[in-house]
Amino acid sequence: MKNLSINTKKAFLNYGIVIVFYIIFQSLSAGGALSNSLKGQLIPIVVYMIMAVSLNLVVGISGELSLGHAGLMSVGAFSGVVAASCLSDVVPSPGLRLFLSILIGAIFAGIIGFLIGIPVLRLNGDYLAIVTLAFGEIIKNLLNCIYIGVDEKGLHFSGKDEASLGLAPGGYSIVKGPMGATGINKLSTFTAAIILLIVVLVIVQNLVNSRTGRAIMAIRDNRIAAESCGLSVTKYKLTAFVISAAMAGAAGVVYGLNFSTIVPKKFDFNTSILILVFVVLGGIGNLTGSLIAAGLLTVLPELLRQFRDYRMLVYAIVLIVVMIATNNEKLKVAVAVAIDKIKGKKTGKEGEANE
Amino acid sequence: MLDYLISGISLGSVYAIIALGYTMVYGIAKMLNFAHGDVIMVGGYVSFCSMSYLGWGPLPAILFSILVCTLLGITIERMAYKPLRSATSLAVLITAIGVSYLLQNLALIIWSSSPKVYPDLFGGVEPVMIGETRLSFATIVTILANIIIMVGLTLFTNYTKIGKAMRAVSEDKGAATLMGINVNKTISVTFAIGSGLAAIAGVLLLASYPTLQPTTGSMPGIKAFTAAVFGGIGSIPGAMLGGILLGVIEIFAKAYISTQLSDAIVFGVLIIVLIVKPTGLLGKKVSEKV
Repeated sequence: MKNLSINTKKAFLNYGIVIVFYIIFQSLSAGGALSNSLKGQLIPIVVYMIMAVSLNLVVGISGELSLGHAGLMSVGAFSGVVAASCLSDVVPSPGLRLFLSILIGAIFAGIIGFLIGIPVLRLNGDYLAIVTLAFGEIIKNLLNCIYIGVDEKGLHFSGKDEASLGLAPGGYSIVKGPMGATGINKLSTFTAAIILLIVVLVIVQNLVNSRTGRAIMAIRDNRIAAESCGLSVTKYKLTAFVISAAMAGAAGVVYGLNFSTIVPKKFDFNTSILILVFVVLGGIGNLTGSLIAAGLLTVLPELLRQFRDYRMLVYAIVLIVVMIATNNEKLKVAVAVAIDKIKGKKTGKEGEANE
Repeated sequence: MLDYLISGISLGSVYAIIALGYTMVYGIAKMLNFAHGDVIMVGGYVSFCSMSYLGWGPLPAILFSILVCTLLGITIERMAYKPLRSATSLAVLITAIGVSYLLQNLALIIWSSSPKVYPDLFGGVEPVMIGETRLSFATIVTILANIIIMVGLTLFTNYTKIGKAMRAVSEDKGAATLMGINVNKTISVTFAIGSGLAAIAGVLLLASYPTLQPTTGSMPGIKAFTAAVFGGIGSIPGAMLGGILLGVIEIFAKAYISTQLSDAIVFGVLIIVLIVKPTGLLGKKVSEKV
């Protein structure tokens, strides 16, 4: 273990956390030690972990604030749900069907991410954030108007209502505008979600340690300097954004196929913020932190049911306090000194939250 | 057609007043005050409570809500944004989102999520008829208020000492400090004015669309930001122009294309503007220095 680089160690720490988490909860749920409400939370927890890791790729590694991540998730969720019901006759095995649906959802979200990314990534800072927010709202609005049905002739789309789909007898509608997708065959399993989480971690961690990843981080740290070294800003930013979008889409599929009904309203601005809270609280750029924050913050409200009304209030305060604390120079110095004392070294690096 | 145009201008005037708050704060503090929309909501609730529970008339209620929002704006700035003066824009934006959430959820706990019906401010005043077109009193007041605020603010920033200080700070913070301008005080004043305007906007918005909820402010807030960007952020006439255009676009989209898609169309406009002319209609181009 000694000759492994620090990055590899960090990566294996994350896999370890996920596997331990899986073993504990799988055995608990097999032993019947989990309450039903907590059992129902297992897949959403993993989905939020995937979302947090994928948003961290944009916010932490690429350094752009995206406020429309839930929109990309919903693209994945709805295309995945439609794919799953179309494939129900062709592919009998539920596992393979789930896999194909995830793939389709990821591809769709990736395409949408690409289309959004081309104009959006020309902007930076606050403008980029507000435009991603706008795209998130547009996606939600469009999904609210889309009706999709299926019969023996294939898929039917309509932007008006269910009747104008013109379905042949025996056909049925899958997505019904604001009513969302109903009658979903629940394909998602905890194991599948965990496998997806590990795949996502492998992708992100290997990306970060690759030439592309270093280029992305160089652009984050100083765009002009990176550009003058010959790095294509658009290309690398777009790479990070599209990969992140595809992963959000995949997470959306698992999320959508976990419920019998999903509505577009579920994937609104609040969901985007929720995921952002995971990333910020776990430490921007820190994947382990994202995993832990997503897990804890999804479970905690379940456990503290009586304080539910105050959950969002606490989130808000936590966001503000964390931001002020991590940007406080005095606190940074104090923490750095404390860390040095513990380590018994004379010199240390700056920050605590960025580490 | 003319009806739609007038209600568009009326809605646009509200957006314009909100957008002024965004534009001034952005011009001076270079930050996107995400919580601005929620100050509108607070203004709405304060005036609602003082009218419905305390039995005040509309005018004292409006003045009181302006006072509360002004104080709220200064408090937010002191508590949340001032410690982040030198932080990255990402950190400031996340903090602003945090403040927005804080206000929304406080309102949720205090006033609950059930929508409240805003009292009719101008009840009893007959609508004015111009030919076939009906002009409600709320519309007239909104448009007039918008014009007065516009003119007042332009005079304020051009001719008063503190207004000139605001312009100086927005141009170059460092140089302004060297000239003896108290930057922190100037920023506080900007927040105070912006939040006071938000209270007025809240009352005007609710006079035309009388449903009050903790989330009432967030959508108009985002749209007003869109308007500010549309007109060129940092520019006062730009906010006015952007606001009114956006209001008209929204009402026409609702009337002729689709009610459900009107928000999507408004945001689509924002995206197109930012791609074609990132500095907005009346914005100044700032070249990037290495």
